[in-house]
Amino acid sequence: MTLIPEIGHFALWLALGVALCLGVVPMAGAATGRRDWMGLARLGAYALFALVTVAFICLVVAFVRHDFSVLYVASNSNTALPLQYRIAGVWGGHEGSLLLWVEMLCLWTVAVAAFSKHLPQAVVARILSVMGLISVGFLLFMLFTSNPFDRLFPAPPEGRDLNPLLQDLGMVIHPPMLYMGYVGFSVAFAFAIAALLGGNLDSTWARWTRPWTTVAWMFLTVGIALGSSWAYYELGWGGWWFWDPVENASLMPWLLGTALIHSLAVTEKRNGFKSWTVLLAILAFSFSLLGTFLVRSGVLSSVHAFATDPSRGLFILVFLTVVVGASFALYAWRAPTVGLGKRFALWSKESALLGNNVLLLVAALAILLGTLYPLLLDALGLGKISVGPPYFDAVFMPLMAPAVFLMGVGPLARWKETDLPSLALRLRWAAAVAVLASLGVGALAGEVRLVSTLGLLMTFWVVGSVATDLWERVHPAGSSWAEAPAKARQIPRALAGMMLAHLGIAAFCFGVAMVKTYEVERDVKMAVGDTTTVRGYTFTFGGVKELQGPNYVAMQGQMQVSHDGGAVLEMRPEKRIYRVQQNPMTEAAIDVGVTRDLYVSLGEQVEGGAWIVRVYVKPFIDWIWGGCLLMALGGWLAVTDRRYRLKAGAAA
Amino acid sequence: MTPRRKRMAIALGLVAVVGAATALVLNAFQSNLVFFYTPTQIDAKEAPSGRTFRLGGLVVEGSVKRTGVNVAFEITDTAKAVPVQFSGILPDLFKEGKGVVAQGQLENGVFQAKEVLAKHDENYMPPEAAEALKNAAIANQKTAATLVSAP
Repeated sequence: MTLIPEIGHFALWLALGVALCLGVVPMAGAATGRRDWMGLARLGAYALFALVTVAFICLVVAFVRHDFSVLYVASNSNTALPLQYRIAGVWGGHEGSLLLWVEMLCLWTVAVAAFSKHLPQAVVARILSVMGLISVGFLLFMLFTSNPFDRLFPAPPEGRDLNPLLQDLGMVIHPPMLYMGYVGFSVAFAFAIAALLGGNLDSTWARWTRPWTTVAWMFLTVGIALGSSWAYYELGWGGWWFWDPVENASLMPWLLGTALIHSLAVTEKRNGFKSWTVLLAILAFSFSLLGTFLVRSGVLSSVHAFATDPSRGLFILVFLTVVVGASFALYAWRAPTVGLGKRFALWSKESALLGNNVLLLVAALAILLGTLYPLLLDALGLGKISVGPPYFDAVFMPLMAPAVFLMGVGPLARWKETDLPSLALRLRWAAAVAVLASLGVGALAGEVRLVSTLGLLMTFWVVGSVATDLWERVHPAGSSWAEAPAKARQIPRALAGMMLAHLGIAAFCFGVAMVKTYEVERDVKMAVGDTTTVRGYTFTFGGVKELQGPNYVAMQGQMQVSHDGGAVLEMRPEKRIYRVQQNPMTEAAIDVGVTRDLYVSLGEQVEGGAWIVRVYVKPFIDWIWGGCLLMALGGWLAVTDRRYRLKAGAAA
Repeated sequence: MTPRRKRMAIALGLVAVVGAATALVLNAFQSNLVFFYTPTQIDAKEAPSGRTFRLGGLVVEGSVKRTGVNVAFEITDTAKAVPVQFSGILPDLFKEGKGVVAQGQLENGVFQAKEVLAKHDENYMPPEAAEALKNAAIANQKTAATLVSAP
């Protein structure tokens, strides 16, 4: 027995007090013009961060030292659990992941406090106050409904162990990344609220907001990609996206964040779309909160649903209503004064960006409908239904196809007004490349199908457009090739980042189109010595042998694979039983390749020592996550652009 | 075009996009709703044939029979049981006597499952399955009550 959990608990209460002060005093100072009150904002942010970090470290220590007198530790850890998973266990359950959420929020708050020296004091005071108020909400939630430091008397000698599915490196980093993204949108939200309150909504405001939004978006992109790849290799059935409510909960803020990034570009460059941008900033964070509600209330039947109690759901619902209601009320009150910004013509960059914004928003709303409708019917007692992947596929793809088309047009269109015939002329090569390449790839793969051709068209259209853009910049009409390197160096990082991110979308579309069309999934019964051939790969089953892990026993399958009679490779899928929870767990064996993944997983043992085995060949599946990584890298490149470093300071 | 006309054109374009999207969404929504039925409802012939729906309850003890990649088992809500056919690999947490949700279609009284849903947590009961059991329990009580009150 140590006092460490008490210290953590106490630190959380102190943090609540500090957050309350931070939420009220600088805000009041900004309203009344009292500089000393506003000056407390930064101090408050640092103190809040320090206190929550103390609490967080206390929980980590409790996990590392196996303090099973803490209920949360006893339910999510075990003496046999390796150290890295004990640390990941901190966010392996409900209470701890909330603490991680608040820790991330404080991290963002401190980052704003540290990198906002150039901002007017009143603006900083308002922003940090808003973030303090959000902290108040989450701290209250944690302290009253889900305290990670609750004690358990008498302390059990052994813990219940971490859910085996979460004992994985991807799961160690997925939640922090995702939360950094979710919570990061609180910064854009706070900037928007501060601007509405202060009435200083202009292109300077947009330039301050942009890097923060992009960084949050970057983390969210990586977080979603990690979650998707985790589902692929850990759930044992080879899918990468299930349209699970919790996946939707992360995709909706991503779509709105993407729209926000593009809308901010118009606000910064053209001082336009201002009320729209503010609305998106509010919506993006509201959807992050809604995501938290969906995941943490346990209202949805989902792979992430843990047993939860309804008071938590109610609290988040009330919190959500207060935040969304208050910010929309403020928006309705102040937005009419914001103004519409500069005029633009029908054919212009603004129009393309507006179109993309509308499509992204509609897609997010369509996903919202499919995710919430079952909840609504259930709450009204009208029966239980579910909305499956076919709905989301049928809706999402037709909405994203025109958005990707606009993605090829927008970057080449001019602000304010663009000449349509000349724009079409500039894009003729991109269009030709797209058509030829997509048909060519189909022919190479052996069959041309509508869905894959459409996906490939999108891919090569974007590649062609980015290439055209690059060509025009490096080698404009009338320039010599000798100037090209100098011209290439002149391309601002923000622009290069955009190009890279768009290429990421292309890579993503390519991966999806190839996997959807050309993957082969086969469940077969295999006895020792049996072979099965899938797309030129011959799989030979060599039986299973028993294996001892640190906290599990496994049956390990021996699968030899040869390609067209060539080199042989060994794949070892496992079926694990974790000793404490006694749950079976399928550990797929994956041979990763640039052009294809081989995926083997063990089903169950049947009569005569044979096994049911999953044998999949997934062409270009890694391009899906590679594309997400490119998008994130593009975001990073854009954030490091000179103009943010000079005028707005680097973001976190 | 005059500026006024341009604005009209942009507005009309947006309305067209949103309208088309809404039509698309609602149409897809209509045809892809998956309803949930309990074994009791299926026994009472309330479930549709030729349409995909979900069935939930407990896996009947001793009912799981494998032949190669095909597996047959029964799902019960403690009142009635429905035979289920499935081809492929069952989720790790599929166990006799535990909660389960299957998605598929009813053909000649046998539920042909396309999907058997997996859960993260062994103690977690899918809400649909829990609901089926609760309904059956309430129905049981009612029958018991009528039996007692009947003269």
